[in-house]
Amino acid sequence: MKKPPKQNQKEESYCLGIESSADDFGIGISSFKGKILANKYDSYIPAEGGIHPREAARHHSEIADKVLHDALTFAGLKPDDLSVIAFSQGPGLGPSLRTGATVARALASYLHIPLVGVNHSIAHIEIGKLKTGVTDPVTLYVSGGNTMVTAFDAGRYRVFGETLDIALGNCLDVFAREAGLKHQKGVPLGAAVERLASEGKNLVSLPYVVKGMDLSLSGLLTSATAQLHVNNCRLEDLCYSLQEYAFSMVTEVTERALAHTEKREVLLTGGVAANKRLQSMLSIIAEEHDAQFNVVPIEFATDNGAMIAWTGVLAYKHGLVTPLDESFVKLRWRVDKVDVPWIQ
Amino acid sequence: MDTVTEKTLFKKGAEASLYAANWHGRKVVVKIRIPKRYRPEAMDKQIRSYRTVHEPQLMHEAKVAEVPTPLIYMVNISEASITMEFVEGQQIKQLLNRTTPDKRKEICTLIGELVGKLHRHGLIHGDLTTSNMILSPEGKIFFVDFGLGEKNVEVEAQGVDLHLMKRALQSTHYLFWEECFKAVQYGYSSVLGAETAEKVYEKIKEIERRGRYVEERKQ
Repeated sequence: MKKPPKQNQKEESYCLGIESSADDFGIGISSFKGKILANKYDSYIPAEGGIHPREAARHHSEIADKVLHDALTFAGLKPDDLSVIAFSQGPGLGPSLRTGATVARALASYLHIPLVGVNHSIAHIEIGKLKTGVTDPVTLYVSGGNTMVTAFDAGRYRVFGETLDIALGNCLDVFAREAGLKHQKGVPLGAAVERLASEGKNLVSLPYVVKGMDLSLSGLLTSATAQLHVNNCRLEDLCYSLQEYAFSMVTEVTERALAHTEKREVLLTGGVAANKRLQSMLSIIAEEHDAQFNVVPIEFATDNGAMIAWTGVLAYKHGLVTPLDESFVKLRWRVDKVDVPWIQ
Repeated sequence: MDTVTEKTLFKKGAEASLYAANWHGRKVVVKIRIPKRYRPEAMDKQIRSYRTVHEPQLMHEAKVAEVPTPLIYMVNISEASITMEFVEGQQIKQLLNRTTPDKRKEICTLIGELVGKLHRHGLIHGDLTTSNMILSPEGKIFFVDFGLGEKNVEVEAQGVDLHLMKRALQSTHYLFWEECFKAVQYGYSSVLGAETAEKVYEKIKEIERRGRYVEERKQ
């Protein structure tokens, strides 16, 4: 007797996501049902100064195969088990993004499976929703490259407030470097500032710049840095003051968006989400507006491959695939330029 | 003097609570900037009293510039409150998406003219959203909420002001924002003259390029 043909050879389908927009190279694997099977990464740490895009890209290309291998091994999957390859298509640093995109194209072509280009910022929101269970939040996304307040309305994530110049994480990082703090593996510069700030008491007067729904941080950075060199303020007090001013500004803008949209959930994500002081400020405004406050767990709040994999699943399930000839990276791909068909 | 009666909360904004009340037989709005627990007390007090003092000053200046704003009756710095005229009418935010294209164009042109008058007079509103504009029954548009405003004659400040107007239209009236902003520019140019207005539009482009993720930004 002939065996019946196997149906549904694979019980579950999987998407592998590649994140490489800045200093982290991450690979995550998500099932189509939203189970994260692996979330591996390796970070480029500059010897001095900020991220050098070329050096970051060089780092990514050197460790890509190792991270890929780690992720597949950790998930207990073989390349053939994958159904979709997703990658961070933007926004971000060109050389870094291109490295990830190249790996993604190679994998998708070799395995003959579809490729899905994912917007990095949207991926942050989607993994945050998956991991915290919120459904329709006002999101504050604060990292080294991004500072924005977004909420979903009519098919897209709309930007209700953003920085007019530098990002919050960038502001803290540059200040930390000017203060002579060093980036160490496992201890981001922002965490070093936070630790010092917790020992600060005296509020140094700095510029507070909220313009309508938007904010500006470059003047704050310049002013805080100037105090560093001229006055002999305690570094602890300066770190404290910088945090208080910068966080108050983003909190005010988030509160405006919350009052305006009347949503019932606040989601905090991005690398700066790890900061306890920022968390406490946002939980206060959430409480005052009867909204639920959620922080994305740090593994999924910093740049990570799992968020790209999961958003790739959402997009793919809604018929979105990226043909090879449209898979070029988009360095300035705004969140409000992307249709989001998987909501409603 | 400061007997405000029948105070009822009608709007809890992000920054302030607005109460409808009765003051010597007049219907008034009492705007109270509530203390914000999230920021240090000293910073909070400074921000709230600064905005409470400056807002009425700017509203007065706006009247001089022929831009309708509510009359100010009373200011209390220690409780960060302003008592002002209650303007009857409809919020532009509520009506802009529902009205006819012609009416929309007319309203936006008028808004542009008013912004032009503010700027010509050296005033920056600081929060030009359609929630901060009220269309009165006699067809005047009142500007409210000057809390983030300033006196400034620089093209930079004017550019940011108008850029915020554009951003507000994009986020709240995304279906019509382009035609709306075009009409705003039309009204704005008619007050300031094409040459001056063009400098501000150029500045808007420059400001947008400064943002992180914008197509137009130079590499």
